Amino acid sequence: MAPVKNRKTKRKKEANHSMIVLDNVSKTYATGSPALDNVSLEIRKGEFVFIVGDSGSGKSTLIKLLLRELLPTSGKITVNGQDVAKLKRRQVPYFRRNLGIVFQDFRLLKDRNVYENVAFAQRIVLTPTKLIRKNVPAVLATVGLAGKYKAKPRQLSGGEQQRVAVARALINEPPILLADEPTGNLDPKNSWEIMKLLEKINEEKGTTILVVTHNREIVNAMQKRVITMKKGVIVSDEEKGGYIDED
Amino acid sequence: MRISTFFYTLKQGFINIFRNKWFSLASIATISACLFLFGLFYAVILNFQHMVKSAEEGVSVTILFQEGTTTEQMQTIGNEISQRPEVSQIEFTSADQAWEEFKVEYFGDNVELYEEGFPDNPLEGCDSYEIYLNDVEQQASLVEYLESIPEIREVNRSEIAAMTLTGINAVVAYVSAGIIIVLFAVSIFLISNTVTIGISVRKEEINIMKYIGATDFFVRSPFVVEGILIGIIGSCIPMAVVYVLYNRVVQYIGEKFSILSDIMQFLPVNQVFQTLLPVAVAIGVGIGFLGSIITVRKHLRV
Repeated sequence: MAPVKNRKTKRKKEANHSMIVLDNVSKTYATGSPALDNVSLEIRKGEFVFIVGDSGSGKSTLIKLLLRELLPTSGKITVNGQDVAKLKRRQVPYFRRNLGIVFQDFRLLKDRNVYENVAFAQRIVLTPTKLIRKNVPAVLATVGLAGKYKAKPRQLSGGEQQRVAVARALINEPPILLADEPTGNLDPKNSWEIMKLLEKINEEKGTTILVVTHNREIVNAMQKRVITMKKGVIVSDEEKGGYIDED
Repeated sequence: MRISTFFYTLKQGFINIFRNKWFSLASIATISACLFLFGLFYAVILNFQHMVKSAEEGVSVTILFQEGTTTEQMQTIGNEISQRPEVSQIEFTSADQAWEEFKVEYFGDNVELYEEGFPDNPLEGCDSYEIYLNDVEQQASLVEYLESIPEIREVNRSEIAAMTLTGINAVVAYVSAGIIIVLFAVSIFLISNTVTIGISVRKEEINIMKYIGATDFFVRSPFVVEGILIGIIGSCIPMAVVYVLYNRVVQYIGEKFSILSDIMQFLPVNQVFQTLLPVAVAIGVGIGFLGSIITVRKHLRV
């Protein structure tokens, strides 16, 4: 009896406090050396984490593993209490609703206006139209685009487009927000605004936020947890860290 | 599925069609062509069968009795024949009736003049049964049975006509079925192409949908709707054309070949469309559904 009870409480604890857990995860592609080599890390609920590293460091692979685009060669990945490897194919869409995603290139639907782009994410999860009409203006207000809901993406600046993307990632209130180089295509001013927005969301909604980035200035200024990767391994992981220089 | 999702899917299906207009048009045109030919063949076959059927109904076997057969014997035999399954109808003509009919037919208005020359019925012993069949193909077996009855003197039949009619019927049906099947295969292929183009155009959107957590069903259904809509449009157009054309042709033949009006009895257009319309729409929808679902399953391994 006792061990069973223990395991149960342990799992409960895990679900409450750990959003993302990687346990000795390796990923080797069919050709070449491992993209991730025995990586272990834990990200707790409500954390704001930067993941930095050069290309080839394994960041992209890490994101693909978290989204369950790829399965790890070995090791265990748990996201919001679910073992990613155990998901059946048809469960994957439901699993992905745990993660709001923001891309470097925004990936908005060009033929639809701001409202529709955000509402799209709710349609996918079969939200009733009545609720969509209520939620979309609210989330657009959060990202500071309340007045531009009718604009098409090409009528917006890069910063504004990225805010739409953030609104789309947020509207279904996922526990985790994953931003892959969100400031890669933005000027410093807009980059800062997006970062501040993410910080605000993190503080106000308690959303766990993962930002993969190259932006040294921002990482150094924000004083958040920074995980640095290099050639498939974590070379440093510090609270209130900075961007570690190469060499 | 929610109603709002249903309408959303429907709307996206329409948008898909308009987004690659030319391919949609090509698909609609092919389905239309198929179903036009299908409608044409169907109308022709149906009418042909109708004409064959009426010709077949006219095909009958006549039997004459041996001399000295009593009326009671004839009646018993008549009852036995009428109970056979291949017999649809049986008519008795007595020798007197036959003579009456003959007189009217040949002497016309001058019946009285000739009647005196025939004090006795010259058709004495010509009591007969005219037997109509359900199906011409069963004629041979019926004749065999009739010939085995001793009281029957003669069996008159028209087997050659029967065989020919049945034969032509089958050939027309097989050939048209073959052509239509080939055309349907072409339509499915074209719809599949259209949907493939639609998918490649919307690749980015599909990608985004997958990241946000759209189910396979949600991603796929607009494309299936697109296929079905193409099918519906592609079936309504040719049906309208066939409808108009049918009326015109029937009218034209009726005017130009009025001599043939006895053999060429056309079915009314509503009777033809009563089956043709639902079948054609079902085929259109079926082709659209099949073409798109195959493609979507192949290209959207979401």
